[in-house]
Amino acid sequence: MIVRIMTEDQYRLADEQLPEVQRLDDDLEKAVDSGDDESFRAALGQLIAFVRAHGEAVAIEEVVPSDLMIPAPDMSLAEAKSRLHPEPAVRPATE
Amino acid sequence: MGVLSRFTNYIKTVMSSFLDRAEDPGQTLDYSYQKQIEQLQGLRRSIADVVTSEKRLELQEAQVNQQIEKLDGQARQALGVGREDLARLALERKQSLQTQLATFDQQIVQLKDQQQKFVVMEQRLSSRVESFRTQKEMVKAQYNAASAQVRIQEAATGLSEEMSDVNLAVERAQDKVLQMQARAQAMDELTASGTLPELGSGGDQLDRQLAAIGNQSEVDRQLAELKTQMQLPSGDQQGQPQQLPPPAAPTND
Repeated sequence: MIVRIMTEDQYRLADEQLPEVQRLDDDLEKAVDSGDDESFRAALGQLIAFVRAHGEAVAIEEVVPSDLMIPAPDMSLAEAKSRLHPEPAVRPATE
Repeated sequence: MGVLSRFTNYIKTVMSSFLDRAEDPGQTLDYSYQKQIEQLQGLRRSIADVVTSEKRLELQEAQVNQQIEKLDGQARQALGVGREDLARLALERKQSLQTQLATFDQQIVQLKDQQQKFVVMEQRLSSRVESFRTQKEMVKAQYNAASAQVRIQEAATGLSEEMSDVNLAVERAQDKVLQMQARAQAMDELTASGTLPELGSGGDQLDRQLAAIGNQSEVDRQLAELKTQMQLPSGDQQGQPQQLPPPAAPTND
């Protein structure tokens, strides 16, 4: 699946990486619920580091939509919160 | 995917504004392309804005440097006519301007960093827009090739995503640049009216006091240095230039 780190770039992730992304997203969710900016930034940092380490950057001449978007690395909890859709209606394809 | 899918949905909602479809598919593609070009121009304008802010800060920095030199000269003059109190005042002002200089330097670094990011984005976006244009022309040429239609639709979605991303980055950078400009503007006015910013303003009370102490001993040091250079006695009463000034003012550090 294709993942975009906002304000950076898109990465292609292999299916076997999805469980880890899921786990990191759970951590992120806990951080959002806790309302603690520091733990949010830490969780976001881990997620981004994972995607950068395991993903393959999408070529510049390739124009493709992403399945998942990740907040920009320097986003605060407050800013990210203001950019969250009320409910997760679109489920990323896990084929 | 809790947070990520909610974030993704938000961005997709924002994106949909780029995806207004016309009836005719060929028209839709042209329209998308048009929007992409506008976006690219917008990004180039933002880069120009950042460069302008940078230049403005550099200009202010030069002015402050000039003023520092002038104050230095005034301190010398004051000492020469035996007005240590005035010399001290000039050096104090000089010191607070120097604090301001450090802030300018920091802001200039931030702006250069932002500019660099925008330039990378601009390169990425323009390659992708170009790639879209090629695909668009292909699709228009072979209208009924269903696979080509699907691909171009994907490309259109991918590009509107890229554009939302760029938009977001520009919006966030503009906020930062506006804040900097407001501060720079205030600084301009203060410098023009001769009122200088508070020492270490921005920190808490303790920070300010510490900064004031730091500045004070720096002022003492500079005063002593000036006296040495001008061959004046380092005591508080002076007047006639002397031949052998004592080495330094009392140090209390």
